[in-house]
Amino acid sequence: MEPFVILEGIAAPLELANVDTGQIMPARFLRRPRNAGYQDFLFRDLRFSEDGKELPDFVLNQAAYHKARILVAGRTFGAGSSREQAAWGLTDFGIRCVIAVDFGDIFYANAFKSGLLPIRVDVDTCAKLRSQLNTQPGTSLRIDLPAQTISAADGTTLAFEIDPFRKRCLLEGLDEIGITLQYEEVISAFEQGYRHDMRWLFGIHP
Amino acid sequence: MSKTLYEKIWNAHAIFEGADGQTLLHVGRHIIHDGSSHAFEFLQNRGLRVRRPNQVFATPDHGVPSNSHNLQSMRDLEQRGVVELLEQNTRKFGIAHFAIDDPRQGIVHVVGPELGITLPGILMVCGDSHTSTHGALGALGFGLGSSDVLHVLATQTTWQQRSKTMRITVEGKLSPAVTAKDLIMSIICQIGSNGASGHVIEYAGSTIRSMSIEERLTVCNMSIDAGARAGMIAPDDITYQYLHGRPFAPTGVKWQEALEYWRSLPSDADAVFDREVRIDASTLAPMVSWGTSPDDSLPIGARIPDPANESNPRRRAAMLRTLDYMGLVPGTELTDIEVDQVFIGSCTNARIEDLRAAASIVQGARVVVPSLVVPGSTQVKLAAEAQGLDRIFRDAGFIWGESGCSMCVAMNGDTVGPGKRCASTSNRSAMDRQGKGSRTHILSPIMAAAAALTGRITDVREFRR
Repeated sequence: MEPFVILEGIAAPLELANVDTGQIMPARFLRRPRNAGYQDFLFRDLRFSEDGKELPDFVLNQAAYHKARILVAGRTFGAGSSREQAAWGLTDFGIRCVIAVDFGDIFYANAFKSGLLPIRVDVDTCAKLRSQLNTQPGTSLRIDLPAQTISAADGTTLAFEIDPFRKRCLLEGLDEIGITLQYEEVISAFEQGYRHDMRWLFGIHP
Repeated sequence: MSKTLYEKIWNAHAIFEGADGQTLLHVGRHIIHDGSSHAFEFLQNRGLRVRRPNQVFATPDHGVPSNSHNLQSMRDLEQRGVVELLEQNTRKFGIAHFAIDDPRQGIVHVVGPELGITLPGILMVCGDSHTSTHGALGALGFGLGSSDVLHVLATQTTWQQRSKTMRITVEGKLSPAVTAKDLIMSIICQIGSNGASGHVIEYAGSTIRSMSIEERLTVCNMSIDAGARAGMIAPDDITYQYLHGRPFAPTGVKWQEALEYWRSLPSDADAVFDREVRIDASTLAPMVSWGTSPDDSLPIGARIPDPANESNPRRRAAMLRTLDYMGLVPGTELTDIEVDQVFIGSCTNARIEDLRAAASIVQGARVVVPSLVVPGSTQVKLAAEAQGLDRIFRDAGFIWGESGCSMCVAMNGDTVGPGKRCASTSNRSAMDRQGKGSRTHILSPIMAAAAALTGRITDVREFRR
């Protein structure tokens, strides 16, 4: 995974609440191979008409936001299905940070695994950020992960929270499996105890 | 130190807690499906193996056709490819697989409980958000994305942050024709669509205690649609009776040992929850969703809300957009909404009790719109056929399908057309959920059955053939 330290890039305001993972990545694209790229399916039905033409009203289709790296959404982004392809669509498009009031729990967890940083801010701050971006389309935000801050063009800086484990994984581009495998002995010892304590769970394959 | 059900299961699976807020948990049982192909792809690209294949169970559900369970007849080659991959991967790694033509096949969240794979007191995971279903048996069940599924396959563990706890106590008797589905839809309306985010819900109270396992499964199933990480119900004698003798449940001495552990699981009397919610079941009515957010539901008898009455401009804009998408006019009575088709199925409402209830409404009548019943598992299908339910549905004009997720997630060719309106027993009414431009009204199986016979949303309590 590509490390995430400081991200400075164009931020796109998404003026829609309750965008669930099914809208971020419609179910009909979920079976595509990972290496084929998911960027073209991102927000597919919000972004394109039935015949595949770009819908000019959708924010990412506007010239100022073609190279957006940050998305500022609203309430409840990424609720619903556990499909990690929703996060892949965003990162494959080039977006590495989503700011929203709240996230679906599973999407929030998945995002980190793809190197996408989800940031929660309160509802007023979120609306203010979007309104600033709307006033000056194409404006950048600066996300400083070590300092846990978002800086806007007008000089305002906001702090955000992230748990230290996920922060470390993003900063160092660490992959959880690599970390977990370092604990092989602890895991094996636990399993031995578990297979004893929960022995009723084992050896019953009919 | 008193503990909740959730904390007891968490502690029994915690390998260690890192200094930085995450705990490495052992996974008791893991269920995979035809959407697990990416995880296996990543596993093999990294030269890893499945660590504990005897704790993994597989069955294809998301993309399997409802018109035939003959693999060779699958015309969608992408879907057929992932069903075949599941077969190959499970064989390669020695994982129990209930293949498309196996009588044990079905939707993962129906198969887990009915085969006794789901058991009280264990951590269950699956690459699907509705894994919250399994909490109905007193397990801790939650959904994972592909990277986490890969992690579980490779290590039989998952890194998780401890959730907050929310107890929803439901007291009182549900009125006739008010079902478990109506209860969970009412709960989501009360706490909001992402209102349980960061929490694990424990459902408690006399209403929950008197519910069958099938009903509890429906309640826990939609916990995710309230935003919860998991939903659970303490195991009791109803749970043990349900599980006894199921193929993957313990037997003999092991059953007795398991019971001893299971009986220690209910939350201690003085356990403290981060949030408490109370629901009076006796006040509830059959529910119908009218919008695209999980909390856009109303009791039957209500009218479509008017955005003009919404003072918050952002909410008003969202409502206008929802009504435009749904093709609905403010003030319309729910019972005046005409539907184009009906779907009875999904991990929420396609167990034998659901089909029996729907059949009781349908018996001797005729559907007036295209209607599809898809049993939640092949076992449910066989049981329904043994009871003659398939005849009741077929005689009424329903299509009787082969088990799978079908029109709930619309990945197997069963879709709702653009602008078409479907009364559906599934769990989500989000935009484009049942197909691009689909308009979904979620409701209970008996309400769906009534809608099939009248062609409109119908109060099943007033329904007379």
